[in-house]
Amino acid sequence: MTDAVAPIDQAELRRARVVAASYLDSEGGGLSEWLLATDHKRIALLYALMITAFFFIGGAAATLIRLELISPHGHFLTDDEYNHVFTLHGIIMVWFFLVPLIPATFGNFLLPLMIGAPDVAFPKLNLASWYLTLIGGICVLAAMMLGGVDTGWTFYPPYSTAFSNSNVAVAVVGVIIAGFGTIATGVNFVATTHTLRAPGMTWFRMPLFVWTIYATSLVMILATPVLAITLTLVAADRLFGLPVFDGFRGGDPLLFQHLFWFYSHPAVYIMILPAMGVVTEVITCFARRRVFGYAMMVYAVLSIAIIGFVVWGHHMFVSGQSVFASLVFSFLSFIVAVPSAIKVFNWTATLYRGQITFEAPMLYALGFVGLFTIGGLTGLFLASVPIDIQVTGTYFVVAHFHYVMVGGAVSAYFAGLHFWWPKITGRLYPESWARFAAALMFFGFNFTFFPQFILGYLGMPRRYHVYPPEFQPLNVMSSAGAVVLAAAYLMPLGYLTWACFYGKPSPANPWNAKGLEWQTSSPPPKRNFLRTPIVTEGPYDYHDLDIAPEPQARPVDAARAHD
Amino acid sequence: MSAFPIFPREASSFAPKTDALYFTLVVLSGSIALLVFALIIVFAVRYRRGSSAPRGALPSLIKNEFEIGWTSATLFVFLMLFWWAGSNQIEQLLPPAQAMEIHVVAKQWMWKIQHANGAREINMLHAPIDEPIRLDMTSQDVIHSFSVPDFRIKQDILPGRYVESWFRATKTGTFRLYCTQFCGTAHSGMVGSVIIMSKADFASWLAAQRPAGDLAGQGRALFTSLGCAGCHMPGGPIHAPDLAGLYGRRVPLSNGAFALVDDGYIRDRILDPRSNPPAGYDPIMPSFKGEVDDGEILALTAYIRSLGSSRGALQ
Repeated sequence: MTDAVAPIDQAELRRARVVAASYLDSEGGGLSEWLLATDHKRIALLYALMITAFFFIGGAAATLIRLELISPHGHFLTDDEYNHVFTLHGIIMVWFFLVPLIPATFGNFLLPLMIGAPDVAFPKLNLASWYLTLIGGICVLAAMMLGGVDTGWTFYPPYSTAFSNSNVAVAVVGVIIAGFGTIATGVNFVATTHTLRAPGMTWFRMPLFVWTIYATSLVMILATPVLAITLTLVAADRLFGLPVFDGFRGGDPLLFQHLFWFYSHPAVYIMILPAMGVVTEVITCFARRRVFGYAMMVYAVLSIAIIGFVVWGHHMFVSGQSVFASLVFSFLSFIVAVPSAIKVFNWTATLYRGQITFEAPMLYALGFVGLFTIGGLTGLFLASVPIDIQVTGTYFVVAHFHYVMVGGAVSAYFAGLHFWWPKITGRLYPESWARFAAALMFFGFNFTFFPQFILGYLGMPRRYHVYPPEFQPLNVMSSAGAVVLAAAYLMPLGYLTWACFYGKPSPANPWNAKGLEWQTSSPPPKRNFLRTPIVTEGPYDYHDLDIAPEPQARPVDAARAHD
Repeated sequence: MSAFPIFPREASSFAPKTDALYFTLVVLSGSIALLVFALIIVFAVRYRRGSSAPRGALPSLIKNEFEIGWTSATLFVFLMLFWWAGSNQIEQLLPPAQAMEIHVVAKQWMWKIQHANGAREINMLHAPIDEPIRLDMTSQDVIHSFSVPDFRIKQDILPGRYVESWFRATKTGTFRLYCTQFCGTAHSGMVGSVIIMSKADFASWLAAQRPAGDLAGQGRALFTSLGCAGCHMPGGPIHAPDLAGLYGRRVPLSNGAFALVDDGYIRDRILDPRSNPPAGYDPIMPSFKGEVDDGEILALTAYIRSLGSSRGALQ
């Protein structure tokens, strides 16, 4: 080639180096470069820092709750303080931790990478979403500092509108503001998925994580506005006396519950669908096996997202709604469990005839499958009206949704965090510590929450500051488990922070994983790919269909060989 | 009650049915969970990297038939469960026509029970065994929920609406009653007891329930049950006159005049509190016209008088 003799253009080379530099370095490390970043990867890190802070605030509240419940009479909190603490725990954990947990961190970081795009469709809107969530969170914390909120995260009127002497309006406004952040994120991700897929990235070549983020974004867009309207009406009652939910002035408190759960049940799927996506990516990579039933998994995700919109009434079986409405919602709730069951079976079947290794991401992912299975199966109890009558409003429900959201979504978050850690930071995390933390989290979690199923069927009501003495042994067990769980959550904070500075440098694709995010450097450059990738195969081609996977040496094995 | 119960007592006609469904679900979901866990563990060990277990492509049978098979099996099992749970629920829907009626009024943070013969109790509900009991319930303020776990019943109680629940107790004894819908500061103190007695014991208990004590005692009960105590107790959230030591005193009114607190004045204030309230108080008290009869006003007056007369009456 004659071009080869052309003199090297130094300016061109410098530009190429800048383009190829990691997103962590290329734009400068100053505070303003981070706080005004529009790169989806930097925004993902902003979200990660923010939700970590909220996680430890909400976790501190949980610690107070479990400490207080060691004794049936309480010991250091008053009734009102206890009510403030569990309300803080609920509001922070639901809206400022679980809802943004996976979509706003891994969704932001990985969605463009996985579909071969340079960024999301609206990078500035993406940054605005972060600020909205942050401002909402600050409002809620301000409400807490100014004297607290005591309604529980559900804000049921008429207690929240006419009776609570606490800062309901400020907290509600905070949640509404954060809700706009969620809606903007959803719009951004839907537009990104539709318009920015690389050549060859057809819908059915998208990784399942992208499918779950896409479905989640649709739920965010369709459900969150209903929450905003509902909470606006609560605020309007408190501030201006608008009696929409007041039974004595022509309103209806049940209307609030219908509207609230119309959002809040789909919100559960905002939390769990992306978790399913993460776990699918991890299991297929560490089993070195194509995902079993890819198409079925896609349909399962979409049907969960759709049917999830019509099951809200199962939160209201004892509320006074019509019994026939309850039966319809019971039926639909059983139906929505079917696609979830399919996913569990498919994850299990993906392991069959694999070449399985058990690094920390895989341990967290298998822990997810176990805990999500228990969480999902106990959902069947709650879908059955007679059993729901016994256990709704009790610790059974508390245990059930912690299994799904904490055992499920948070385990999946840690699976993803370890799996993509080398990609995000360019460094490896310490494997033995991570495995130990994964095991500890699994046992600590069960130790904490399993006793609560028993407490619930016995009838111990949730949100009780003092309780009958016969419930004490199970509460002490639960609190003891919470100590283990708290230690397990603190460990990654320690060793991952360490790994940021002292971890071994990671190769671009340490796990030999499929997926476009592994085709670029670790950490990726600002615009993700130096050349737009062209996609020619499905997402999980770990082996030819009719050939078994062989045991492989992966770059991570070599990198760790000297440990 | 054992010191460390792990399962609630079966004390109503609903309990065995709910429990049968519950145990079926425990066994069924336990088996599904064990199956999944066992498969994961077996696969994890057998197909660990580099093990000698044979691999190869999946048999085509596994690919399609399995998927369809377990989807339909799951759907079938779930529909069976729905059918069972649903029919169970419809059976329990309506109370028998001849059910005995007990009224329940929930308020922050107290259960007020009234029997058909007028007997009242607070945070206790006496009822006979083997008799269908219909609970006619309403709330005076926020949403509460009437929950008796040993009976497997629970029903939210809405302000401004009457809701129904019913049970037929099958064991005598004392059973815990909880409020299970968060209702404010002392939510966890809104507990009580359901006391189930033999029919003969209940009949004699009920006969012994004369309207409580003397007139002032009745007035005290009314003072609580009508919600007066919510505002007219010192330290309450609402600015309302403390009634202790008020009887017989001359009080300034908002129009500048003075009034003597006597029986007539108290009656006027109960029935028409909005006009010309005492100086320094907003006219926020609701009228009780139509809510209380004359006998009850007498009882209330007697109670207020019993709170102490002003030493310096008529100064």
